[in-house]
This record gives sequence, C-alpha cells and structure tokens, in this order.
Amino acid sequence: MKLGDIAHSRAGDKGNISNLSLIPYNELDYLFLKKQITEEKVKSYFNERIKGSVTRYELPHLHAFNFVLEAALYSGVTRSLALDPHGKTLSSIFLMMEIDPEEYQKYQQSKPV
Amino acid sequence: MKMSKTSIRIGSGAGYSGDLIQPAVQLAKEGTIDYLIFECLAERTIALAQLQKLKDPQLGYDPLLEERIKAVLPICVKKNIKIISNMGAANPIAAVDKIIELAKQLKIKKLKVVAISGDDVINAINDQDYKLIESGDSISVLKNQLVSANAYLGLRPIVEALKLDADIIITGRVADPAIFMAPLFYEFNWDIDNSDLLGKATAMGHLLECAAQVCGGYFNDLDKKQVPNPEAIGFPIAEVTSDGHYTITKVPNSGGIINKATCTEQLLYEIHDPKNYITPDVIADFSSVRFRELAPNQVEISGATGVKKTGKLKVSLGYKDGYIGEGQMSYGGYQAKERASLALKIIKNKLHNLGLSKYDSNYELIGVNSLSKDQVEETPSEIRIRVALRTKTKEEAITVGQQVEALYTNGPAAGGGASKSVKEIIAVQSILIDGNLPTIQLTTKTIES
Repeated sequence: MKLGDIAHSRAGDKGNISNLSLIPYNELDYLFLKKQITEEKVKSYFNERIKGSVTRYELPHLHAFNFVLEAALYSGVTRSLALDPHGKTLSSIFLMMEIDPEEYQKYQQSKPV
Repeated sequence: MKMSKTSIRIGSGAGYSGDLIQPAVQLAKEGTIDYLIFECLAERTIALAQLQKLKDPQLGYDPLLEERIKAVLPICVKKNIKIISNMGAANPIAAVDKIIELAKQLKIKKLKVVAISGDDVINAINDQDYKLIESGDSISVLKNQLVSANAYLGLRPIVEALKLDADIIITGRVADPAIFMAPLFYEFNWDIDNSDLLGKATAMGHLLECAAQVCGGYFNDLDKKQVPNPEAIGFPIAEVTSDGHYTITKVPNSGGIINKATCTEQLLYEIHDPKNYITPDVIADFSSVRFRELAPNQVEISGATGVKKTGKLKVSLGYKDGYIGEGQMSYGGYQAKERASLALKIIKNKLHNLGLSKYDSNYELIGVNSLSKDQVEETPSEIRIRVALRTKTKEEAITVGQQVEALYTNGPAAGGGASKSVKEIIAVQSILIDGNLPTIQLTTKTIES
C-alpha cells in the first residue's frame, strides 16, 4: 500500500528548500497520517537527497500537513544540475512511500465515524 | 472621495511568465471581472531581464508583454477592467512606453498607465555590508558577479497608483500576492495597516497567483484526482466583498475544477510555516484557514489572518555563477540499460581526461534514476542518458554536449537522438534590507483624446 492511495501532495520550491503538502482524500485519515508520516520517516525516505532537516507543520482545520525539506534541491533551481531543478516531481515520489496496510486497517476499525 | 464598492471580482491572468494567454482573454470576455492581474516574475527572471536591459535600455520587461497586452487590452478598455502586472521586470518604465505605443496602434483613445519603480536597489545597497541569507557569507563575495538587486515591494505603491485612477499598473519586483491585494484596499478603503485584512488578502492573492493551479491545473492524477475538460482549464476569479469575505471561482463552462482539494494544495504551495508567511505587508497566518464548497467550482475561504509586518524587505540578488553544459542521448531495445550505463562511463572518463572532473556533475539514466535514485525495479526498454556539469567557462560547458553528441560515431552501439545545451547560470541569493531604503517612484503616461 502506497501513501498515494490515501493522500495527495504538491511540491513547491523556494531557493534550496522544498515543501511538500500532504492531504488525505478522506479527512478522517488525518490522524492516521499524523501518527505515521513523521519528520523522521520523511527524512529517511528521501535519504541522501535531503541534506538538511525536515519540519512538519500541521493544519488540523484543513486536515493537511506541510513538510519543509531543507537543503533538498541541490542548491536550488538557479544552480541545480538536476533534470527537475524545482523538485516538482518530489510530491509524487513522496506518494510512493509504503504504508503498512495492517496499521491502516487497524486505524479504519478504531477511528471515529 | 470615491464611492466604495461592496464587492469586486479579480481575475488571475497568468501564473508565470510563459503562461497561456487564451484563458486570460476568456476571463476578460466572460469573467465579469473588475481587475485582471498578471503575475509573471519568477525568482531569477528579473536578473535575466536586467542583462537584457544592459544590452538595450528600451528592453528588460517581460518578453510576452506585447502579446498579452494586445490580446486583452481592447476588451479591458471596453469593459473597464483595470490591469495590474509585474511584467515590468527590470524596466517598468520602458514597459509602460511600450503599452502606450500598443494602445495607440489599437486606436485606444483614452488610457492612463502607471509604472512603479524603485525595487531596483543595486546602488542603494552599495555602501553597506549585508549577510546573504542562504550561504551566510558577506555580500562582498558576490561583488564582481552581481547582476541585479531587487527588493520585494509591498502593496502600498500599487494602491497609490490606483488612487491616480490608473487603468494599467506595471511594476517590477513586488511580492506576488501584493498585485492581487492592492485593489481590495483601494476599492474598499481598507486600512492599509490592518493586519487581519492584510492576512485575508494575502491568502486570496496566494491562491490566485499561480492562475490555473487552483483550478485543476497541475492537479490531475487520473482516477485519484479527476479534472474535467483538462484541455481548457479556466483561470481563477476571486469575488471579494468589502467585509472581507471571498470565494474563488472561474468562468462558467471553462474546464478544470475548484474544490477544497485544489485550494488546499495551492494554499500550501511554496509556503513554509503556515503561521508565519512573511511578506512585505504582513506576516500572514494561514493556520486557521477553512474552505467551504458553496457550489460546484465555488469555494469560500475564511480564517486567514496576520500580524504586523517585520519592517524589513527581502532583496533578491542575481549573480553570474558560471555555466551548465548538458548532453543527452537515447538507447533502446537489446541491452539498452547496459549500453546506456557504458556510455555514461565513457563520458565520465573522457571529461576526467579533459580536466573537468573537478566540477559538480550529474551522470544519470532518464527513466531509471534522474528524478529519484533507483526507484525503478524493472529494466525499461528505452533509456536516455543525461550528463550535466557546472563549469567555470562557457568553452568547458560546450565540451560536455560535444562529447555526448560524439557518442554517435564513437560511443556504444545504437545511441540516438542526441541533444546538447549550454546556459549561463544566473544564481539567486537574498538579503534583508530596511523597509525604507527603496526610493519608490510612480511614472504616469497617458493617451487623451
């Protein structure tokens, strides 16, 4: 099971910093994502790609998160040698993250309706 | 004093300098809008424009200005729609002269166009040391490479220009949301120091500034995120009332979709801490924003607010930083990945022998590891190699593409479709300056019958 099965994302860039929104299709999955998609997990998922820290901002009213990835764009769009210097494609790469289907099942059974 | 309106409609006519023009024409014709706003300046665009201005003092504005203005001006004049844009780039006054010239060609009898300049602070920052935000170095390390220094101005000068009864306002560097926000403060006589209203207006500007991106553009993910009529996505309109309520919508029957999901993606686009979105006018707080779908393609936004601005302005510094040389070649069919990998190895050795291995480089297989490292498990039947180096001189950058291209007759079997490019790097870093440093000037040009 992939993160993209239950949530969507858009990447933005400012200098060498990338931000990835994470928005569940079903608002009730917000708390599941809050528990599962931690700063540490995102940092290790992107591995050597992100040279800096990962900060997660929570937007409970919108049932959404904003992940800010420091030093993630090979010094930014103006100098980067990358094929996608903005890191536009990072959002859908993010959505390839594995989700534990059993954990999700458990959450589905316990969450408020 | 002019009569205050109770509601206005603001259309977003461009999300970047190369954006489509037809949806802006559609907005002008069918959007029942009062303002048409074009946001056309990316981070380094102004540095590139500055280089152009150095070559020709009558240039340095947006390359699509002429085409855009020609397409929408007759309609906007007829329907009394005001135009605001940062298409002035490095030369707002030359842009205004050009617009007057175009308007005369279009036989427009009456027009007032105002240029806002003063964002160019390259001389004003000369005598002081500043710390670069990104690298932490002193600005002096860039001294001979510096091409441009432009402060992000706020909405005040745009409101001033509206008070001059301008039909068209052309700016250089301003905060992107500001060109959308200014009409609200002018039309509704809002207090320009009211942080709550500034925060609300910032959220509106932010949602509009990438045009189609809030209307289902950059959103389609097939069954997961469906976008109707994706060939004809309309551009957004904000309908704002004088008490600060607003909805985002689009022209009826245009393609695309506006819903909570498109608005949430766009609200968070290119922001960091949603509680502290720093602009020249306010520190906006989007953390309590809520979206409500009132009808199909009509979303109400509430909950944005803000606190007092910092008093500092961000300045984007454009500077020359060498060159990027690039080459690509495709391999397909039998042992495609192996031959592509061999080609990369050959180029790497050649560039090393030419003394270029000291430079930062990318050697990658498009289709395998160019976007993310080794995510592909199966071997694709076609692969494109890509080599990119950041070099000091143009000649070295040219060598990269030449070596890749020469794989045609010198490389592994059956490479095809070589391409090469060289570009000069105009890099960008930033500093913060005192908000009072820029000397802002309004220049008015008119056609009168």
